[in-house]
Amino acid sequence: MAEQAQAADSGPRPIVPFLKLQPKPHLMGSKCGNCGLVLLDTSRVACSRCGATEGFKPLALSDKGKVYVFSVVHQSFPGIKTPYITAIVDLPEGVSVRSNIIGIDAEDAQKNPKQLFDLPVEMITNVVAKDREGHDVVAFAFKPSKK
Amino acid sequence: MQNVYVLGTGMIKFGRYPTKTVPELGGEAAILALKDAGVGIKDVEMFACGNLYQSNAMVGQRILQQIGQTGIPVVNVSNACATGSTAFREAFLAIASGMYEVTMAVGVEQMGKAGLLGGGGGAGGDPAYATEGRLGSGLMPAVFGQAGIEHMRKYGTKMEHFAKISVKSHQHATKNPFSQYRNEVTLDDVLNARMISYPNTLYMCCPTGDGAAAAILVSENKLKQLAGGRKRPRVAAAILTSDPWTDRTASLPDVSTLTRRASKQAYAAAGLGPKDIALTELHDCFATAELVHYENLGLCGDGEAGAFIDSGGGKHPGLGGHDPVNVSGGLLSKGHPLGATGVANICEVVWHLTQDERAKDRQVPNAKAGQAHVIGLGSACTIHVLTI
Repeated sequence: MAEQAQAADSGPRPIVPFLKLQPKPHLMGSKCGNCGLVLLDTSRVACSRCGATEGFKPLALSDKGKVYVFSVVHQSFPGIKTPYITAIVDLPEGVSVRSNIIGIDAEDAQKNPKQLFDLPVEMITNVVAKDREGHDVVAFAFKPSKK
Repeated sequence: MQNVYVLGTGMIKFGRYPTKTVPELGGEAAILALKDAGVGIKDVEMFACGNLYQSNAMVGQRILQQIGQTGIPVVNVSNACATGSTAFREAFLAIASGMYEVTMAVGVEQMGKAGLLGGGGGAGGDPAYATEGRLGSGLMPAVFGQAGIEHMRKYGTKMEHFAKISVKSHQHATKNPFSQYRNEVTLDDVLNARMISYPNTLYMCCPTGDGAAAAILVSENKLKQLAGGRKRPRVAAAILTSDPWTDRTASLPDVSTLTRRASKQAYAAAGLGPKDIALTELHDCFATAELVHYENLGLCGDGEAGAFIDSGGGKHPGLGGHDPVNVSGGLLSKGHPLGATGVANICEVVWHLTQDERAKDRQVPNAKAGQAHVIGLGSACTIHVLTI
């Protein structure tokens, strides 16, 4: 019923189900009750690693992580501003997430790729579009953590 | 399991055929393979057809409507970039199982000038929820760019190493009349080309295009009847794997673990090791992919791909290289019409093992064994080892 209540709401909507906006924006995973694997999904049929079907618990994920690898995208779909940095960010719960990295110059990242490896980053959210029903659509990205 | 041999092969030059249909392209390759095998469509007992973009449209049956409706079982296969090679394996299994003695595999694709592949769509069809470019990139140049960056992170690999692979592939392609592109490029050309997704510049990305390739497979019994004394390659390994769980694979497809598992199985099935392989056709959808697969296929040790390239590894022996990889020009130059690629790679290996005139200007000397490796992101990996 909670979902219906949300549908009637005129507030912002997350771009993907594993992004939660309340009480403050965070990513939500599911933890396998058998092997402890954390998956970036709000619901699961079974565990990707051990196959267990029972005992999944929702797990709110940290908003801080480290960059594993990245690329700088220069050619993309119409409407996407390039160049931008795409990266795989490792979160402390053992799950990785694909995200844009902001706050670092994309051309500079190419010249000195090492600066990105293991870079501590933190999550922010931003409104990226308005949907057909007029809701703001909220995405997330990561930026270098304050020292 | 009974032994399976490749009796005949056929391929049309990869390129752009805007005035032809997919069944016409596939049919042309099939006819070439049948003629090469010295058999007719009435001899074929089962047909596996690989095509991606029309995978809901009975491409195999429509090919038979072009070349002969004999009523045989047709299996239409779709498995991302491994579509053609998976179709070949289905045709292989049909004979290996003992059920059939003559089968056909066709891989065909018409991509036109389709742009960037992959990327996330919008939930419920509302583009406001499209994730591409907003939650990172799922486009192929970025995914495989990151695979290269991972190697850079681990081993200090340089941009020049990736670029050298592109130079080599283009050089190889000048000798292959079936290749979509046959122009040489210099290291500066590659490094200074437009960046698509770092570190992959334009010349480090395979093109889109159209093409078709086909193979006729037979049992040992039929080989004796039909080969007329010709030596034909045996399919010594036909491996297909999917992506096992690894730590980051949900956000970054782990093409290395995928390939390593398949490679181990392929060498074991064939009873061979990397040093026995005279030539490798591997899935160089991007230069970064080729570099990591040198290690994944055991052509060099872990962390040694850079040194392998610097020593001429992957380059045709006729050009002063060793352990030749993608002497056809590879996906980078020969082209990558998705469904056709996996069968075309097998054609290339067969042509070297049989000293076929279709590979005359690029023959790898004394080729007794070769392998064809394909990855389909999502993920699938095929490796076929052929021996003679």
